[in-house]
Order: sequence, then structure tokens, then C-alpha cells
Amino acid sequence: MSRAALAVALALSLAGRAASAEGARLRIGSKAFVESEVLGELAHELLSAAGVAAEHRRALGGTRVLWEALLRGDLDAYPDYTGTISKEILGGAAGPGLSGIRSALAAHGIGVTDPLGFEDTYALGMRPALAGRLGIRRISDLARHPELRLGLTHEFLDRVDGWPALRAGYALPQRDVRGLDHDLAYRALAAGQIDVTDLYSTDAEIRKQGLVVLEDDRHVFPEYQAVFVYRRELEERAPAAVAALRRLEGRISAAEMIDLNARAQIDREPVPQVAAAFLREHLGVAPAEGSEGLAARLLARTREHLELVGAALLLALAAAVPLGVWSARRPAAGRVVLSAVGIVQTVPSLALLVFMIPLLGIGTGPAVAALSLYALLPIVRNTHAGLTGIAPELLESARSLGLPSWARLLRIELPLASPAILAGVKTAAVIAVGTATLGALVGAGGYGQPILTGIRLASVPTILEGALPAALLALGVQALFDALERVLVPRGMRRDRKV
Amino acid sequence: MEPLLELRGALKRYGPDASVGPVDLSVPAGRTLALIGPSGAGKSTLLRLMLGLLRPDRGEVRLRGVPLDPDDEGARRRYGYVVQGGGLFPHLTAAENAVIVARYLRWDKRRVGARLETLSALARLPPEVWSRFPAELSSGQAQRVGLVRALFLDPDLLLLDEPLGALDPITRAELQEDLRAAFQELGKTVVIVTHDLAEAAFFGDALALLRGGRVVQTGTLADLIRTPAEPFVARFVHAQRALKIPGAEA
Repeated sequence: MSRAALAVALALSLAGRAASAEGARLRIGSKAFVESEVLGELAHELLSAAGVAAEHRRALGGTRVLWEALLRGDLDAYPDYTGTISKEILGGAAGPGLSGIRSALAAHGIGVTDPLGFEDTYALGMRPALAGRLGIRRISDLARHPELRLGLTHEFLDRVDGWPALRAGYALPQRDVRGLDHDLAYRALAAGQIDVTDLYSTDAEIRKQGLVVLEDDRHVFPEYQAVFVYRRELEERAPAAVAALRRLEGRISAAEMIDLNARAQIDREPVPQVAAAFLREHLGVAPAEGSEGLAARLLARTREHLELVGAALLLALAAAVPLGVWSARRPAAGRVVLSAVGIVQTVPSLALLVFMIPLLGIGTGPAVAALSLYALLPIVRNTHAGLTGIAPELLESARSLGLPSWARLLRIELPLASPAILAGVKTAAVIAVGTATLGALVGAGGYGQPILTGIRLASVPTILEGALPAALLALGVQALFDALERVLVPRGMRRDRKV
Repeated sequence: MEPLLELRGALKRYGPDASVGPVDLSVPAGRTLALIGPSGAGKSTLLRLMLGLLRPDRGEVRLRGVPLDPDDEGARRRYGYVVQGGGLFPHLTAAENAVIVARYLRWDKRRVGARLETLSALARLPPEVWSRFPAELSSGQAQRVGLVRALFLDPDLLLLDEPLGALDPITRAELQEDLRAAFQELGKTVVIVTHDLAEAAFFGDALALLRGGRVVQTGTLADLIRTPAEPFVARFVHAQRALKIPGAEA
């Protein structure tokens, strides 16, 4: 009983810790592609150099996620593009030009810097050999080749200014159109598995692969000037931060941006290093802190990962054991509870994380919530199985003693079910260690961070920097629970007991 | 004198045509009643009705003249209940099993220790047994620990369901003697279920013979032999006596 109370207290304090640690610093976000990460890191390092405590929530997701987070105050600023803002965020409601966007955003309490100096518009790209053979130079040329296979990024497929606008504007006939991750699309293109993909005009890969960028001859794509959007309250709360962001206005040319992207994406230079070098050379800013070593990175990520898993597990335990008890006592309710937690398990973990964003924002909160929902099933099911599996004569023996229901539960039934419950917690913990790597997608950090970055950069060593410790942690958790079993399972009912 | 335990038309149904009862039976204070009958006659069900583990569909069970309420869990603490094998909880030591209710009732340590000592002597259990887990006890020891647990709160009434059923003959004979000595020493009211006529006669001041959920005859063994209430009684008595080795009887 006191053990359970301790566990709940620990869960609350972990959750509280996670929440308060994020309180004071400004939060810069970035979208899940290299250029956005570089811009986010530039802002982060500029702010730090200006003495503003800030952190960079890298690669959080798509426009919607970042915009919602900015509105909620989970983020203070992030880089975006004028075309995206006017079409995707404001739904075409803004007046013309940057001033139209600025006044429309002001209504949401959001400010916007002047353009940073380069445009990163959507474009379509093809392998030069195929484009040459078919004589394709402009997007309108695609209309003559319905057999071409299109591999488009998910966001481009869905955006009103993306594929729907393009297909309508050029009456494109292609039927083989599939959704791909941006970085995978380049590899699919190089491997000849797709013929056309959408690009950002500053992508490093254009140069590397010598891709043909098709001319937008009907001007379907709007202007995509890079800018920073930020919460306007910063102008009062942290004017130095806004000033620091504005130092980037007009300072990054398209060629420079392609170069920065290439260094990060192709040369695999760490993003903080790329950003620091640019700031040093072009703005004369020395970054406040050097990049951390591997050990420090691992330590920080291990801490984040353990906090995610630990808090999720304790929350799940606090909910799942009572649910399991309830479903064992009330068979009708039990069926409902067991199917409900079973259904939660069938929701893809990524989707579950995304569902949490509107409710809990980004960061540790939604990740812990999603992970604990996942941890419910094994614990509820095993608690239920452990309790309903107790020999009926023992239950009757307990009743015949005249102990009330709760005393029977605490002194007899739960101890008898404890091996099953513990096995459920072990399963939940191992699953949580694996699933927590997805937490990085919503800015919760952990081992998922290098995995995510590694996938984007197609860098196996970077992926391993997250995947290996995650696997080791899973094994460690398994061993820990095997040891716990020896301590927690009552001595009279251990399996290995010699009688 | 008012009986300690009384069943008045108590009946428990199992489905449309299976039932135990209606049974009228009374157990006077300080006496031992043996419930006897073939398997499936309803002996254990009757015992559970007496204990309030089952609620009668008709009729009632009275303890000291007061109707028993199966929802009153605490009322069962006035009984001691011993099942075949002892019904010990595998996660608790023998001592923890024996004192579980006293501990729930927050008896102080000295009182618990003294009681355990008294009952150890009565049940003829050596002290080293108490730190063992049920899996480490012999079946006779487990049964004796079960008896100590049942007697711990000094109940009004002791109910035993086939307490010697699973024991080897030597252990069984020893425990029979010790149980009867204990009953006599304590002067408790006892209801014991058995399918063995000799055992019933050994323990019981009175016997109640059950068949198909009904009490067929109540009385001493001599009554059952001399004046069987129906042919079944004679058959049951004869079948069990026939098992005795010829010439073994004086």
C-alpha cells in the first residue's frame, strides 16, 4: 500500500519536474526537415549569444503541429515561409504581400520578421536522363505523360497549395501518386522507383543529384519567403529575443541556404555546428556554448528517455491495476474495459501521439500520456488474469475467514496475483522503452532524437546513436524486472522455489 | 436448551431441478454433529449454508437464535472453518496464515503470540513449522495449521469439510485422535463433514445422513443401524460396514 502511494508520488513529481524544467526558457521550434532545423538552430544560437535562455525543439513535425504549438504558447518562435502562412495557415484570407500576412497574423497574437533573404518554393524534380529523354522542362509538360510515377511528400499531398492546386492548375493526369517521406523520396528517385517528386528549391540534393527542376510555367506555387513567426508577447517579455531573430533578416541568400543544407544533409555535419559556423562567418557571433560531446548527449537523452518511460509506467500502473481489479470483480464491466484498452493498443503509436497534441500540446506531456495509454493493456490484462486465475478454494477460504472485501484484495488476492501483474508491468516497460523513441516527434527528446535525425540524414551512425542505447535499455529494463521479481513476488510462490 | 445453530427449511437451488434442502437441523451447543452421505449428497453445500458463504433461497439459518446474514462478512469470524488440505494461502508462512484475521483485527503482538502457543500445543505442532510456507509442510501439518487458523479467534462453532480426506492412513489415524481430543478439551460445538461412517461415528455425538440434498435420518450410529428410516440408510450403513476386514471386529 505504501509502495503504491510512493509510486504515485514519484509519478507526479516526475511529471511536475518535466513540466517545470520547461518553464523559464524560450522555445524555438523547427519542422521535420533539415532547412527548418538549421534555421531553428540559427535562432537558438543567436538568442543564446544575446543572453536569452532558449532551447531548440528540433524537428517537431509539420506546419499544423508547429502553428498550434505557437498559438498555445508551447513554442515562442519557429521558421516558416510566407506562402505556407498565407495559404496553409491563414487559408488565403490574408491581404497581398508581407504586410497582409503581418496584419492577419497580428489578429492571432503572432508577429513575423522580414524575409530572411531566400525563397524556398515548392518545385518538382526529375532525374536528368528521364527528363531529357521525354523532353520535359516545364510542369505543363507532365500532362503529356500520364504513365509517370509521382512520389510526393505527405504534407505536399495534403496542402491546399500543394498537389491539389498543382493537379488542378496543370490538369495533371498521373494516377500513380504515392506519399513518401521527403528524404526517402530523394532515394526513391535516385533508385528509379519514382519519376517525379516535390522539392524545396533550396534542397541540397538538387545539386548533389543534378536533378532537373521543372519550371512552374503557370505560377501555381505562391511565393515562399523564409521568415520567423513568433508570439507577439515576446516584444514585451523578451525584446532581446525579437531583436536577435531580426538580425537574420535579409542575411541568408538562396545559395548560402543551399550550402548550409548541403553541409548538414550531405556532409553530415551536425546542425549546431553548421549554424555556429554561419553565425561566426556572416554575423560575427560566437555561439554561447560549444557543441556537447557524445557522452554528454547520451547522458541527457538517457535521462529524457528514462523520465518518459518512468512517468508513463507509473501513471499506467496507477490506472491499470485498479482497472484490472475492477474488471476481475465485475465481469460485465471487465469485458468493456479489456476491449477498450485493447482498442487503444491498435491505434498506431504515431497517430496516438498526434492525437495528444491538440489536448496536451507538444513536449513531454503528450508523449507520457500516449506511452501510458499503451502501457495500460498488458498491465490491465495481466492483473485481470492474475486475479481471476486464483484457485476458487483459496478465494472461499479467504471469504470464510470473515475478512472484508478490501482486506481480502490487499492481503490475499493481489499478492497471489502479483507474479502475473509484475509480468504485465515488465512487458509494458519493455514496450514503452521502444515506443518512447517516437516521443522525439513531438519534442519530448530521448533516444528517438538521433534516430529521427539519422533517418533524415540517411546516416546510420546517427541512427545507431539512438537505436543502440534504446535496445540496451530495453534489455536492462528486462533484467531489472527479473531482479524485481525476486524481491517483490512473495517467497512462498516463486516459480524457481525448491520444495 | 436453545440450539447453537439451527436450519429451518433451508434450501439452496442449483438450476431447475438440482437443489439442496429443504433441511431442518439443529446443533446443540457443545456437541458434535457429523454430516455423512455419498458424494454429491449436498454435505459441503449444507456446510456453506451454515457458514453463510451461501444464501439460502428459502428458509433460514440461525446462529444463537439470530438469522444469519450472508452479507455480514464479519459474522463469519464467529465460525472456524477447516477445509480439506487446510486451505492455506501459499504466499504466507504457516504463522502468517494462522494469525491473518487476528492481525487484521489489530490484536497486539503478545496476545497473538500467546494464542499461537496455546493452539500449537493443542494441535501438536512443533515451533519450527511456523516459519515454513505451505508448500514446505506435510499434508498433516497443513491440516493442523488450518485447524489452528480456524480456532484462532476462539469461535462459537467449528465447521470441518472432509478435514482428513486427503491424508494417508497413519497421518489420518493420528489426526483423528488429536482432533477428537481437541474438541473434547475445548468443548466446542462442531459440525464435521465426512463420507466415512466409522469416522462419523468416531467424532459425532449425532449423525445426519444426507442423500440427494435431503437429510434422510438423524441420530446415533446405533439408531441408523437398528432403525433405518428408509432402505437407503440400511444400504449405506451395510456398504460401509462390509468394507471392514472380516475378523478384525471383536
